[in-house]
Amino acid sequence: MSVDKLKQTVLGLVAVSLFLVSGAVLAEYPLNLTEGVTPTSHKVYELHMIILYIVTVIGIAVFGVMAWSIFHHRKSKGAVAAQFHHSTAAEITWTIIPILILVGMAIPATKTLVFMEKTGDAEMTLKVTGYQWKWKYDYLDEDISFFSTLSEEDNKARQLGSGIDPTTIENYLKNVDKPVVLPVDTKIRILTTAADVIHAWWVPALGWKRDAVPGYINDNWTYIEEPGIYRGKCTELCGKDHGFMPIVVHAVSKEDYAVWVAEQKAEQEAAAANSDKTFTKDELMTKGAEIYGTQCAACHQGEGQGIEGMFPALAGSSIAIGPAVDHIKTVLNGKNLMPAFKEQLNNADLAAVITYERSKWGNYEKVTAEGNADVVQPADVEAAR
Amino acid sequence: MSEAVIHDDHDDHHDHKPTGIGRWLFSTNHKDIGTMYLVFSLIMFFIGGAMAMVIRAELFQPGMQFVDPQFFNSMTTVHALVMIFGAVMPAGVGLANWMIPMMIGAPDMAMPRMNNMSFWILPFAFTLLLSTFFMQGGAPAGGWTMYPPLVLQLGDGFPFLIFAVHFLGISSIMGAINIIATVFNMRAPGMTFMRLPLFVWTWIITAFLLIAAMPVLAGAVTMLLTDRFFGTAFFDAAGGGDPVLFQHVFWFFGHPEVYILVLPSFGIISQIIPTFARKPLFGYASMVYATASIAFLSFFVWAHHMFTVGMPLAGELFFMYATMAIAVPTGVKVFNWTATMWKGSMTFETPMLFAIGVLFMFTLGGFSGLMMGITPVDFQYHDTYFIVAHFHYVLVPGIVFGIISGVYYWMPKWTGYMYDEKLGKLHFWTSAISVNVLFFPMHFIGLAGMPRRIPDYSTQFTDWNMIISIGGFAFGLSQLILVWVVIKCIRGGEKATDEVWEGAHGLEFTLPSPPPFHSFTTPPEVTDATAHS
Repeated sequence: MSVDKLKQTVLGLVAVSLFLVSGAVLAEYPLNLTEGVTPTSHKVYELHMIILYIVTVIGIAVFGVMAWSIFHHRKSKGAVAAQFHHSTAAEITWTIIPILILVGMAIPATKTLVFMEKTGDAEMTLKVTGYQWKWKYDYLDEDISFFSTLSEEDNKARQLGSGIDPTTIENYLKNVDKPVVLPVDTKIRILTTAADVIHAWWVPALGWKRDAVPGYINDNWTYIEEPGIYRGKCTELCGKDHGFMPIVVHAVSKEDYAVWVAEQKAEQEAAAANSDKTFTKDELMTKGAEIYGTQCAACHQGEGQGIEGMFPALAGSSIAIGPAVDHIKTVLNGKNLMPAFKEQLNNADLAAVITYERSKWGNYEKVTAEGNADVVQPADVEAAR
Repeated sequence: MSEAVIHDDHDDHHDHKPTGIGRWLFSTNHKDIGTMYLVFSLIMFFIGGAMAMVIRAELFQPGMQFVDPQFFNSMTTVHALVMIFGAVMPAGVGLANWMIPMMIGAPDMAMPRMNNMSFWILPFAFTLLLSTFFMQGGAPAGGWTMYPPLVLQLGDGFPFLIFAVHFLGISSIMGAINIIATVFNMRAPGMTFMRLPLFVWTWIITAFLLIAAMPVLAGAVTMLLTDRFFGTAFFDAAGGGDPVLFQHVFWFFGHPEVYILVLPSFGIISQIIPTFARKPLFGYASMVYATASIAFLSFFVWAHHMFTVGMPLAGELFFMYATMAIAVPTGVKVFNWTATMWKGSMTFETPMLFAIGVLFMFTLGGFSGLMMGITPVDFQYHDTYFIVAHFHYVLVPGIVFGIISGVYYWMPKWTGYMYDEKLGKLHFWTSAISVNVLFFPMHFIGLAGMPRRIPDYSTQFTDWNMIISIGGFAFGLSQLILVWVVIKCIRGGEKATDEVWEGAHGLEFTLPSPPPFHSFTTPPEVTDATAHS
């Protein structure tokens, strides 16, 4: 292939790809950083655009010189090589000019960074704790606390070979069972930490991400300007289901936030009351199935079969068919890679999920054959704590 | 008289090569060992590439189609380890082995037996690493960065990962010592330091980086090992340790490692561009100083890999300024290469095409690198596909293209035959187009919010991911052309002249093609006229 022919081929390919790109604008081709909804995110976006423009201009200049040289200083055009190999003036120039550009970039960058690090005078504090693979939110001023996991619908669809088309789910992999609710126009301090491995909490619209490190508490702040739903993801590899622990922030007006806080408190009181209630087995099984799906299935799998070499099966496991108190203690305190659930779930939920595990996948027959209890009540869990 | 007879006997053995498998197993010859390094690197390039194909197949559309998330994580983790330690680093050492003795006028490397050992460690190290796929708990899946506490959750493969890294470190350090000893002691008369070809210079600096950085990595992974098996708590917060400490130690190795990978590629294109521009390298001295400054600065920027970990403001500012400072010497190098082409008389054989590819696309990776160096903006970019785009631009069209350009440049010298120029050009154009289809859209999805190291994604990223995967498959297939070209060139073709290229300078082009088994048995005399290729 001659150079000319090659050139034609390349130009042809470029034309075709341009055509494809322009035709495909109808489809979804996101391109740029979000401007976000906080003062920080606006500043970060501005800085990003400034730097992008600067490097684009430098790029056009440098690539332009290279391209000019490639097209004009070629042997086939009869170019004769000059033999210069040194120019102190040129070398000083192209050292000094970049330094000046960099200083110009460093000034706004430093200002933004200093602004972002001012975590003082917050009106409220939210503590975010990363777990494998969910988030826990503690409203430190309100005594509200809950876990937030990938919604059940998304969780079903994302299983290997689930046969569910992800495009049928709105905001696929960015839905949670319980979003974190925050008021707008409020300076909120957000603390990040983790219980097991390192995670990172990132909502792009807020303009930053921060690692959640076990043993560390990082402080950050935000000030959301507009009500809305803002979605994000864990951004530090945290094991098998790293891709499946989204974040959903509901930003609401201050009034709505107050209403939500009151509702949460009422719910938590109701849950506390459940702690010494006695449930029927049907009630426990229904609730248990739901909790199993969000809390246990990621590792022990939908049919309790586990994953060989990593996560033990629950079907026929000696713990799940043995004495109930051992089963309760394992779930409460964790074992090897399994986290301790005593902080994560209340007594009623624990009783439900343990009852569920003791009756499903042929476990019921084995439990009763060994003369162990199949039903666990909240009081049993409380006793084992 | 009898002495003379013995001497003659000795000379008779001079070109004697062992034959069969023994030639390779017990080789102490820099060319044979260089060849083994390059072949090993090519095999690893395809193993790592196959893993990348699995990643791109799974990411072709949303939903989980082929592998479970844990195996996906193993793919990203082992892809990185294989490509960095198995493909790129050995390729650099292979080229150094082949070329450094010929470029400085020496008969061989200074320590030929150690040279043999530093190569033969590699197959064992990678057997250890790859055997973890067949173990309880699977292959490493916590990222090539091996951050605790996650890496400690790995199953039976854990000690195999650690010892594989130890072996790789030992191999690299031995290779580096050998290169330094060779260049410092075996230069031909008149081959002063400031007359060394730039490839040799970049390799001396790389070798010092290796000696400084690899023991740090070895220390870090040893602490992981004792945390897991011997009850220490270096990185366990519950035991009074600090998981972030690992990141600091790891990246104190990791950032110089970036330059360990890239500097040899800089050296290669500094040989190639002057040859095909038929014009001396612009600013030889400033190239040497810029390379040394980059290497020096690389020890002060490690924390830009972990801006989001939670550092004090002063720390963030320091690492931001230090990172930005690296742009200056890097810019000098790019400007010097451009000035070398300026008013040259260029032709565009395959090595030159790949070298120009490096010049354009490494610079592009440099721009995104500069953007990421700005701490407040990096809070958005960090751990997204923007980062994946950046380091792949630097690593693939920046470094792999550099290595490939070196292979095309010196292959006629090695084999004595010209490679097939048409196929070489085809290889370049298919690679250059597909690599951009593969990596350029990653900037967009990263900015739009797609995190890295995820096996499944939200549907808004579908279209770009399909394009990226198509680019990936095309790039993977294009590399088969390279294998074809190499095999064809070894088997024969048009005879290569000693000089090989019209504009070629340097001692390696004064030797016949292919060169004798022991490159320079009598040292050549180097003068200003013959130096500065």
